[in-house]
Amino acid sequence: MSLDREQVRKMAHLARLTITEQEAASYAETLSRILVLIEQMNAVDTTGVAPMAHPNESGLRLREDTVTEPNLREKFQKIAPSVEAGLYLVPKVIE
Amino acid sequence: MEWETVIGLEVHTQLLTRSKAFSAAATKYGAEPNTQACAVDIALPGVLPVFNREAAHMAVKFGLAIGAQINHRSVFARKNYFYPDLPKGYQISQYELPIVAKGHITIDVDGSEKVIGITRAHLEEDAGKSLHEDFHGMTGIDLNRAGTPLLEIVSEPDMRSSKEAVAYLKKLHELVRYLEICDGNMQEGSFRCDANVSVRPFGEKKFGTRAELKNINSFRFVEKAIEFEVERQIELLEGGGKVVQETRLYDSDKNATRSMRSKEEAMDYRYFPDPDLPPLVLDDAFIADVKKTLPELPDVKRARFIKQYSLNAYDASVLTSSREMADYYEQVLCESGADPKIAANWITVEMSAFLNRDNRDIATSPVTARMMSSLLKRLADNTISGKIAKEVFEAMWNGEGDADAVIQKKGLKQITDGAAIEKVIDAVIAKNPKQLEQYRAGKEALFGYFVGQVMKASQGKANPGQVNELLKNKLKP
Repeated sequence: MSLDREQVRKMAHLARLTITEQEAASYAETLSRILVLIEQMNAVDTTGVAPMAHPNESGLRLREDTVTEPNLREKFQKIAPSVEAGLYLVPKVIE
Repeated sequence: MEWETVIGLEVHTQLLTRSKAFSAAATKYGAEPNTQACAVDIALPGVLPVFNREAAHMAVKFGLAIGAQINHRSVFARKNYFYPDLPKGYQISQYELPIVAKGHITIDVDGSEKVIGITRAHLEEDAGKSLHEDFHGMTGIDLNRAGTPLLEIVSEPDMRSSKEAVAYLKKLHELVRYLEICDGNMQEGSFRCDANVSVRPFGEKKFGTRAELKNINSFRFVEKAIEFEVERQIELLEGGGKVVQETRLYDSDKNATRSMRSKEEAMDYRYFPDPDLPPLVLDDAFIADVKKTLPELPDVKRARFIKQYSLNAYDASVLTSSREMADYYEQVLCESGADPKIAANWITVEMSAFLNRDNRDIATSPVTARMMSSLLKRLADNTISGKIAKEVFEAMWNGEGDADAVIQKKGLKQITDGAAIEKVIDAVIAKNPKQLEQYRAGKEALFGYFVGQVMKASQGKANPGQVNELLKNKLKP
């Protein structure tokens, strides 16, 4: 299996990355090589093996339900590009 | 052609934890913008999520209540999309392995029961809020809600009418409030519903193409939005058109749905297991602990009320509509020793009318269970009549103390002294010679008039039973 340039352009769009035609061509080639590796793994018979979601299978550490975070809004908003009335301002988004 | 409606619901319930799903920031509603959004919530580089034990506890509690299988191992995944209300660029959710697997809920529509399957319930984090008004062409972002734990409850496409959908939603709403895992506040968005709606010719096995309705934030709107959408799809199909799979927004002002985005341009979320979060592993002890915290569930309570207190189905369902209501009723029974039916009437009729009038719920009723008990005790021992009791109730509602205090202050104690009642009767008869003559001449309907006059003269305090009896004797020719 290999990726064509159109698929690469679609992935770049989903990741909001701007790429040139030239880059699309070279990514198509290098990403396809990764797929070759995956094909090799796909060929292994994994019947009866539970899928691994994480290399650390010891399980999630849980936190008690207490509020310990102080309000640091002022600090955070100092480094934000634009704020008003306590809100972070971003370019207009509306669906 | 006859059409059949097929509905499945996705409900997002905000879990009632104090802190967020993956950070220790507060979840309180209505705080100043961004004062409850910590470094994790605003996605500063280098932060790591740590999961809230209580959120897992609540999800399991729900799973047990709907008879579902609890997955001992569930996996958090990243759902990738760019939107400023989740600055990480993804939402942490569960995809292939949710915490709660298949379960069910029984609904009651027009007196017949129906089982609605629940496909799954999974944990995820809520997004922040975008404010599009007046920021000089910019959008304002409040991330206080970002990271609040949600349990998304997905039903099977088992509902066949908007009525069934509303019944299911109400049942679910009642359940999460009983379990105390969600406050159910639809206005504040802590209980939100999306509906998948399609139609197919009757008898057809295959489902039709569905539309997903978003933005329905009340039970009434669910019904209206579905009804509108069903009409729209039928009209479209009968006119030779085709339903496209898409997301539609319900507009309650116009009572219409409009297209938001079609699946063709739909987002590709590229789910994958979140490398920051190893699988959530719950052992039997954890689940057993949760089991111990399960309250008596609404259906069980309803059946018990019918059996134990000989209530009819209507009274039982009103009295078990919330845990607070049921607790109130049982506390009144316990403290007053009143007849269960009489106590039920006082709560479902008198109390409900006042609660509705003042837009309150039972938890904030000025007439506490103890005060209601004091009233029912005085009613049972004949200190006051039913009519006076209503007056006492209103006084209690207005903050004039418990029943005994009101009765004493207003001098409402019932007159049960026969001699005193006779005196009143004599006076009334003396004042109404004409009516007396007519009554004795056979106009028996006037009896009610005399009773009324006696009650009025005694300011409603004469015992009605005694008045009837004594009056009958006195009026005899």
